[in-house]
Amino acid sequence: MSAPAPAYENPGAQALTGRHRLRLWEPLPWLLALAFYFLFPRHLGFGTELLITVLFALSLDLALGYAGIVTLGHAAFFGAGAYTVGMLAHHGIWNEPITSLFAAAAVAAAIGFASGLVLLRTTGLTLLMLTLCTMALLEEAANLGHDWTGGFDGLTGITIPPLFGLFEFNPLFPKVQYLYILGVLLVCFVFVRTLVYSPFGQSLTGIRENTLRMHAVGAPVRTRLIVCYTISAAVAGVAGGLWAQANAYVNLSTLGLDRAATVLIILVLGGYGRLYGAFVGAVAYMVLAHFLSKLYPTAWQLGLGLMLVIIALFFRGGILGMGDVITNWLRKLRAPS
Amino acid sequence: MMKRILAASAALAISATLAHAQEVKVGVNLPYTGIGAEFAQLIDRGMEIYLKINADKVKPYKITLIKRDAKNPGGNDARVATQELLTQDNVDILAGWVYSPNAIASAPVVNAGKKPAVIMNAGTAHITNMSQYYLRTSFSMWHAAYSMGEATAKQLKAKTAVVGYTDFPPGKDTLAAFKRSFEANGGKVIDEIPMGGAGAVPDMTPFFQRAKDKKPDVFFVFVPAGDHAAAVVKTYAALGMREAGIKLMGPGDITQDTKLQGMGDAAVGLITMHHYNADLDNAENKRFVAAWKKEYGANTTPDFMAVGGYDGMALIVHMVQQLKGKIDPEKAIAAAKTFKSNSPRGPISIDPDTRDIIMNEYLSEVVKGKDGKLMQKVIGKIDNVKDACKAQKIAPCDKGV
Repeated sequence: MSAPAPAYENPGAQALTGRHRLRLWEPLPWLLALAFYFLFPRHLGFGTELLITVLFALSLDLALGYAGIVTLGHAAFFGAGAYTVGMLAHHGIWNEPITSLFAAAAVAAAIGFASGLVLLRTTGLTLLMLTLCTMALLEEAANLGHDWTGGFDGLTGITIPPLFGLFEFNPLFPKVQYLYILGVLLVCFVFVRTLVYSPFGQSLTGIRENTLRMHAVGAPVRTRLIVCYTISAAVAGVAGGLWAQANAYVNLSTLGLDRAATVLIILVLGGYGRLYGAFVGAVAYMVLAHFLSKLYPTAWQLGLGLMLVIIALFFRGGILGMGDVITNWLRKLRAPS
Repeated sequence: MMKRILAASAALAISATLAHAQEVKVGVNLPYTGIGAEFAQLIDRGMEIYLKINADKVKPYKITLIKRDAKNPGGNDARVATQELLTQDNVDILAGWVYSPNAIASAPVVNAGKKPAVIMNAGTAHITNMSQYYLRTSFSMWHAAYSMGEATAKQLKAKTAVVGYTDFPPGKDTLAAFKRSFEANGGKVIDEIPMGGAGAVPDMTPFFQRAKDKKPDVFFVFVPAGDHAAAVVKTYAALGMREAGIKLMGPGDITQDTKLQGMGDAAVGLITMHHYNADLDNAENKRFVAAWKKEYGANTTPDFMAVGGYDGMALIVHMVQQLKGKIDPEKAIAAAKTFKSNSPRGPISIDPDTRDIIMNEYLSEVVKGKDGKLMQKVIGKIDNVKDACKAQKIAPCDKGV
């Protein structure tokens, strides 16, 4: 018997070790985002909204797509981040943009950790309902704490000082906001990408695919899930913090079911468990919603609904899953009958 | 075909210079979809009806409405819509806003865009303090509730009242306003009952039973216009509170004209205070309601939201006429402060100090008309009511722009 081939010559091992390498097309979304900045200077308000949604969907992808934590309450962390930034600035405590984001991440992570300790003992529908409850509790708390949070009317009077002391946030032409958010998104994306291709990320995928087996091989399943949930919450908190800064105000909608459900739809639409699903889903959903609602302010939801029905019926893996569907189909065609 | 396009573009080029002074673009920011779609439609129709039946007042200018969907009360969609109306469509005037949070979220953009912005519904009192370009032709929550406190004590001779309110800012505003003026006029509020949030209609029975047990002279209720109101009237009847001698009353939101007929006979005797109802007896209102029924069907009716849109358009036309079609923001606001109009709700004007509306408040009772339909009969009136929150500088209205 000859000695087994070294691991680096084994094609299977090569595929695994090469997974994290940067592919040729990967700079493309970032170039497109930059091109958008130069080509559509009058659409940047929408652009900032889009980038924030991408970041939020990315955080959900970490929990739902990689670790398989089914949640309908992710806006809890988005809102926690937004209110952290908003309240710090409103009450005159701290408003420097970048450090505020760290505070937002820390608060959201703390809430994610605390709720994760309890919630992640459950799975499936129970987990879904409990995440929803957590979010509803936070929303009601924000509503009741009117003196601190501004309640239903929201927090206004949030002044954000110029970025690095140089670049001012203009409410009418949000150029600085756009580039700032794009920068933060890039940093967060590199972080998430590194994470999911690390051994930790691999073990999350393992937990998603077969929890029992991960227990059997001795992986600390619950710890991993809690850590993942906490990190995901922190990233969502950053997205919320950015939202508060870009809009210069915060209200209860940041904690609402609407936001949590929309981001879930966006992620499923784009394709979950694939890093770029968040990008594709957010762009498809929001661009369609934005421009259709401009054309037909009263009936635009019909077009959006049709797209969702078609994707849900024919492409279970979302828009990015279309590629798989088509290759499978071609393979079947080629195979001898 | 080519010829026609050429001819058309030539005509366009020639008329462009002429039309430039004549066309005024108004950016409309309303929730055309979702739970607010019904309100947006009423306001939208109010504006359209004004342009239709007052075409002679609009001449020689052409008002173009550019409509954008504000989608929800979340604030950010309305804010982006405002932003794009200003930067992409280059509108001269902004209008709309059903939800207060949306008007609050849009304020920084309105300030930066420097265009007059006419609020046609959003009723939180301090909104007009948030931008010097905000004008309001709808109402503040204080208009009706403050007047109601006075009328309850003076005209209805009530000594004690229980207040039930939906637990969100307009509800709290209303409670504060009613309590302040009722107690200033010698009455006493003996209980305050929060009745759930604005998102869903709760079972009203426990709240109403608690009010009944306190045996007040009147039970003052504030709930959002729409389905909440129908539940209030039904519960009042079911618990036999009228037989117990407790009068039910509230601001006109609970007898919104579009919902009144659906409430049935249980609504008879309901007393409300508001600036408008479709049964007001004046010539301008008759003309307005007749035009409405002709345009949108005999079974439809305008209501206070529609009249907010109608008067908002009157204000816009006033600014356009004063400035001869060239909207300079500072001059437009100055012109708006001289606005006086004979509205379907009676004489109105814009308060030069606060840019909010001054109007009459009508005390009405629901009665059964000769045709068997429910209608509202005016039993009292307070002239030229200002927003008391700003007039008396009560927090959070005490901070200026």
